[in-house]
Amino acid sequence: MKKVVLLAVFALATAVTYAGGYRVSLQGNKSLAMGHTGVAIVNSESIFFNPAGLSYLEDKLSISVGGFGVFSNVSYQNETTGAFAETDSPVGTPFYAYISYKVNDWFAAGLAVYTPYGSRVEYEDDWAGSHLVNNIELAAIFVQPTVSFKIGDVLSIGGGPIYVNGSVNFNRNLNRTLTDIDGNRSNVTIDATGVTNWGWTAGVMLKPTENLTIGANYRSEIILEAENGDAIFENIPNSPLTPFSNTEIDAALPLPAEMTVGLSYEFCNKWTFAFDFNRQFWDVYESLDIDFADESIPDSQNARNYKNSSTYRFGLQYDATSKFTLRAGYYFDESPVQAGFFAPETPRNDSHGYTAGLTFNVSDRFQIDASFLYLQFDEVDASYDAYFENGQAVPFEGTYKNNAFVPGLGLTYKM
Amino acid sequence: MKNTFKYIALAAVVALASCEAEFDNPVTDEGFFTSGDANLTNYVAMGNSLTAGFADSALYITGQEDSYPNIMAQQFALAGGSESFSQPLMADNLGGLLLSGNQIAQNRFVLAVDANGNPGPAVLEGMPTTEVTNVLSGPFNNMGIPGAKSFHLVTPGYGSIAGVAAGTANPYFARIASSESATVLGDATAAGPSFFSLWIGNNDILGYATSGGSGVDQTGNLDPSTYGGSDITDPNVFASVYSQQVEALVAGGNGGVLFNIPDVTSIPFFTTVPGQSIPLDAPTAELVNSNFALYNTAVLPGLAGLGVISAEEAAARQVNFSAGVNFPIMTDDDLTDITLILQGPPFNLDAATAGLLGQLRQANAGDLVVLTAASVLGTLADPANPLSINGVAVPLADQFVLTATEQANVAAAAASYNATIQGLATANGLAFVDARSELERVAGSGIAYDGGVLTDTFVTGGAFSLDGVHPTPRGYAYVANLAIQAINNTYNATIPQVNIGDYPTITAANN
Repeated sequence: MKKVVLLAVFALATAVTYAGGYRVSLQGNKSLAMGHTGVAIVNSESIFFNPAGLSYLEDKLSISVGGFGVFSNVSYQNETTGAFAETDSPVGTPFYAYISYKVNDWFAAGLAVYTPYGSRVEYEDDWAGSHLVNNIELAAIFVQPTVSFKIGDVLSIGGGPIYVNGSVNFNRNLNRTLTDIDGNRSNVTIDATGVTNWGWTAGVMLKPTENLTIGANYRSEIILEAENGDAIFENIPNSPLTPFSNTEIDAALPLPAEMTVGLSYEFCNKWTFAFDFNRQFWDVYESLDIDFADESIPDSQNARNYKNSSTYRFGLQYDATSKFTLRAGYYFDESPVQAGFFAPETPRNDSHGYTAGLTFNVSDRFQIDASFLYLQFDEVDASYDAYFENGQAVPFEGTYKNNAFVPGLGLTYKM
Repeated sequence: MKNTFKYIALAAVVALASCEAEFDNPVTDEGFFTSGDANLTNYVAMGNSLTAGFADSALYITGQEDSYPNIMAQQFALAGGSESFSQPLMADNLGGLLLSGNQIAQNRFVLAVDANGNPGPAVLEGMPTTEVTNVLSGPFNNMGIPGAKSFHLVTPGYGSIAGVAAGTANPYFARIASSESATVLGDATAAGPSFFSLWIGNNDILGYATSGGSGVDQTGNLDPSTYGGSDITDPNVFASVYSQQVEALVAGGNGGVLFNIPDVTSIPFFTTVPGQSIPLDAPTAELVNSNFALYNTAVLPGLAGLGVISAEEAAARQVNFSAGVNFPIMTDDDLTDITLILQGPPFNLDAATAGLLGQLRQANAGDLVVLTAASVLGTLADPANPLSINGVAVPLADQFVLTATEQANVAAAAASYNATIQGLATANGLAFVDARSELERVAGSGIAYDGGVLTDTFVTGGAFSLDGVHPTPRGYAYVANLAIQAINNTYNATIPQVNIGDYPTITAANN
């Protein structure tokens, strides 16, 4: 009988979940205002969107810094049981800082610091899906030294290595029912900070005519391998049947590769149209495996089965006056999450992004960049089917509705 | 200008932060779930330990929070019912009761692992903090009183603190009774129910059953004040007090739900310990049989020949062990007591031997051995005497076996109670939960849910707590769903059911 109980408890304890679809496309206020296009646009944010664009910059020095406030909401309900939950997530604050320096006519160099991956979701503790997640905070800072060369007048290339420093803090209940003697739900926090690794980016930009720009950019996959992270167990019953004690963990979280191709076209003097196509290679995220150092705690394997996904971005820019540049855009973002793997820590279905923004030229040197994104999700009935109890899949089902409002503000200095 | 900008920015931030993701049809909207013709604004539950949320042989906070009335009330709240459901919560999760500082009820069971690594029920150690004389003031929505029989709910003084010490009152009612002379029914109706549930009558047979039929079947005795704790309540007494309760609770047109009485054979207390539980090898069996040879071949036929016992009884009292797993010997108080006869001629047995054989027989497939016999069977009655094995040389006491005759007494009473309950449900248009059939399903094929199958298997089945009688929170959640189904059907309501997989079962803890 002991074996049966042990098995039951262990099986319930092994489905640690992680963020998915945790790409946060907010890498510049000018670009976001245009639907987050930029692979074929030359501006102070090119160092991220296409490093090849650096050598086309007209200014000797260009510095852009900025940030966003991400106000995201997730609501969950189950029409069978009446369960309802909504997140109370803190405001996410992705930021960027770009510096580009044009050494000579055909060579430019720069440094970029930005946060393209992250997730902050906080549900009320012990909500209906608390066996999958109570809260998660995922953050990664990218540092990217960059060089760019112009090859003739129509072609440029650029790229550089990327250094990543990431952290994750994740809490969920061990299963749907385990508590200590006073009914407090048993839970585990996985915490890993200072997880580092390297990747790279490379781009090419083509200007076949004065008005048309074509660009392509590839960003490599980076696997964040957390070693010696902490697993902290709380409210564990005082029993040899539930031998969960604090230990260390090893786990790997992929930040997938991404390919972008696009074009921009200037027309009627003051107008620019841009189109970007992103392909994100999420299929690397097959499963999240957590290895507990304590051998009495079984390792945790969690199917994710993400699929590659695409984003279609459209942007429009209008140089209204010498003081103001106005921008607007739209994008359609496919979710990498497949049916049956819809986990509540990043409950993302396909979304529509509506963007707008402007640049105000304070002086010849200074610009204020502002943008706004409204991310609209359709209501979706979804389930996560890869959670198991006693070897039996226990789907977590319900209806989700998300939205996000993202205002952003940035400053550009050029000379 | 600067300030204006600041305020606009602030207002924008507040506006964004309050933009929740709204569903087209939120479950939180009034009217998504409906109460139909039932008025759920003040639900009052009356009953016994099952209604209180009693489990693991004790009443404790987390058990109360998962009582079926509390689960129902939480679902009622989604359908326009009251958000509050007051329960007389205990002071801790130990269970156990103090009367003027002295412990009068044992702490709860938990699943503990012993020194040899074997898990089993153990009483959780600790000094309970729930003091009976510290009377809580109501009204309470949960009027489930552990231990109450049907007639207790209308007995004045059942909540008297003085009566607890004297054994005439119930400590669980005494700690919440509105006065020394209050009745449970009086306090329940004073709570002003708009809707009620009533599940009572289980203890009217259960005390008899769990004590192996050591009490008296009082059928025919219409005065419950003369009953002992382990007696079966007369069905007419039951019908009388039950209809009095229903009448009081429906007064003013209240809706409600009635539960009938499950079969005791559906609960692990009676199904866990097998009848055949004594393993013997051939030489030992032969040795034991030789000890009973005289009883089998001389005493029993002799008594039958004298007409003291019938030939059937003589046959039923034969003791015969064989190699393998055997039925234990036992004392059956429905057998003719031959103790005195055996001490006289022609048997002339000594008093000890005669007493041993007085109402002796070997258990058979028709008997139910109770859970508490597990700690007695096969052990030594006298630790100094290796031959005094309980069930082999020393008969299992009557309290450990519910015989076929006793089961029939229980079944007859339960059938009569259930006829009363169903009749009153129909007559008053009340919702009705056939708990008897549902528990049979649990004990039979089990109830499939999203994480497995709920069965009545002791410890691992999920439905029953460690006392083998009372449900786990998951078992109570299943009960709540049954009631919600019945209410939805009867009152055209759409109250949502819970997912029983979200509710815990037994609690593991070591002292």
